[in-house]
Amino acid sequence: MTTAEDAARLGLHKVGGRPPLRDYVADVWRRRTFIYSMARFKIESENQQNSLGMLWVILKPLLNALVYGLIFGLLLPSNTRPPHFVEFLLIGVFVFEFFAQSWTAGGKSITNNASLVQSLAFPRMVLPLAAVTQRFLQFLPTVGIMLVFLLASGNRPQLHWLLIIPIFALYFVFSCGLALVTARLAAHWRDLNNFLPFLTRFFFYTTGIFFSVEERFGARDGHKGHPTIIKISDFQPIHEFLSLARSALLAGDSYTIDERYWLFAGTWSIGLFVFGVWFFWRAEERYGRVD
Amino acid sequence: MSTDQTPVQAPQPPKDRKPVVIVDDVHVEYKVFATGKRPTAADRRSKVLRGRGKQMRTVHALKGVSFTAYEQDSIGVIGTNGSGKSTLMRAIVGLTPASRGAIYASSRPSLLGVGAALMKDLSGERNIILGGLAMGFSMDEIEASFDDIVAFSGLEKFIDLPMRAYSSGMTARLKFALASVQTHDILIVDEALAVGDRKFRARSEARIREIRDNAGTVFLVSHSMQSILDTCSRVIWLDQGTLVMDGDPEEVIDAYNEAQDK
Repeated sequence: MTTAEDAARLGLHKVGGRPPLRDYVADVWRRRTFIYSMARFKIESENQQNSLGMLWVILKPLLNALVYGLIFGLLLPSNTRPPHFVEFLLIGVFVFEFFAQSWTAGGKSITNNASLVQSLAFPRMVLPLAAVTQRFLQFLPTVGIMLVFLLASGNRPQLHWLLIIPIFALYFVFSCGLALVTARLAAHWRDLNNFLPFLTRFFFYTTGIFFSVEERFGARDGHKGHPTIIKISDFQPIHEFLSLARSALLAGDSYTIDERYWLFAGTWSIGLFVFGVWFFWRAEERYGRVD
Repeated sequence: MSTDQTPVQAPQPPKDRKPVVIVDDVHVEYKVFATGKRPTAADRRSKVLRGRGKQMRTVHALKGVSFTAYEQDSIGVIGTNGSGKSTLMRAIVGLTPASRGAIYASSRPSLLGVGAALMKDLSGERNIILGGLAMGFSMDEIEASFDDIVAFSGLEKFIDLPMRAYSSGMTARLKFALASVQTHDILIVDEALAVGDRKFRARSEARIREIRDNAGTVFLVSHSMQSILDTCSRVIWLDQGTLVMDGDPEEVIDAYNEAQDK
């Protein structure tokens, strides 16, 4: 009898192997309290060192909006602006900020927690999920600010504002999937974390945060526009989430959207999440390795 | 040193105890970038070697190590610096892949080394909670054993400080206290007790014996022969990546000391 057969008979597993996907996912699910607690504790500790403390949860997005409002609202006028531009910009900046933050944090989640990974045995998938959960918890107060601002600027609360709940839920699932894929890639190839700021900036300027893709590239005044760019935007997930959020919160013709966006965004979210779980699990034994 | 002698036969496998770790002819080779040795005068003269910068070097850290650990074993691992002790421990946890051979284990062990805190920005208290949750305990279980963990670590006064304010001894104490809660498992302690003070060392040695009595298995890497004699039921001696001796602590340590003094 070989050692391998011996070991199997005794119920020993080969070190460096990974559990079957189903067991693994169940293991991660059992640690959901860890994911949530880690997210919460990290937020607290990040703010503890500042004298303004938890106030930063609200201050940061407000300052962000102020800066972007100043730059794109006053300094760089343009003719590709939809009505309610300030609300349009605010939603864009806030919603994009969560995506950018959770992408960066997810990518670093394994490499930044090397000491934890190398000491304790646990399914590593909880780390990128905790990183995204942390950003999501920080995103929720900004949603509150967004709604307060909408009310303050004279928008009446509508029943369809509630649509942001499923939209942001899908958005969270999408970001988890992206973080899982990125965390694995960054564990193999650490340089990726240096590229992420450029990638997020690229998406920031191309996605239509401070201009309307439809007005800039759509057909108007007899000019046929750039149908390819519109087409690409239709399938670009961040653009879909932004458009969905804006259509849920803002009134007016420029904010009615193609109902298929729900389908596209849903497919992106579920698809990327399922792929991310599988992709991350495939390299479970590699995380924290020193070779 | 006596690396060329034939490895001593492992002690007779105990009949009534279950194997928990089987290390089967494990080789570990690291490929590392070497910056290039400082050229000697002869190198400088020959043009061939001029200008070599980075190059790949293979370090053969473990050269065919085999043994079986049983439940209730507490195994001391000794050897000089660079003999492959820590590599072997990391291989058992799966942090260093074996280039040949295989390791089988009943569960994924915790590895306690000297070094970084688990989450240095968080307080000791939060580290205990998160560490416990990560190891698969429920919040209730952690709350039940929280006071014990803190008392064992002896860090009552510092438990609400972020771990980056801890000394290396305090970090090791907290990590040991946390990782040793699971008593029915494999625990690997790699030099982590060396930074603790005498009181903590005595306490942690008692805990290691307790784990052993509860059908757990402990590996203890240490340069303190006294610690090993006090806690271990078996000792493995590694030298330059090969297993030189495996057996009764006193016998192995005597042989090791003899080889060192030569």
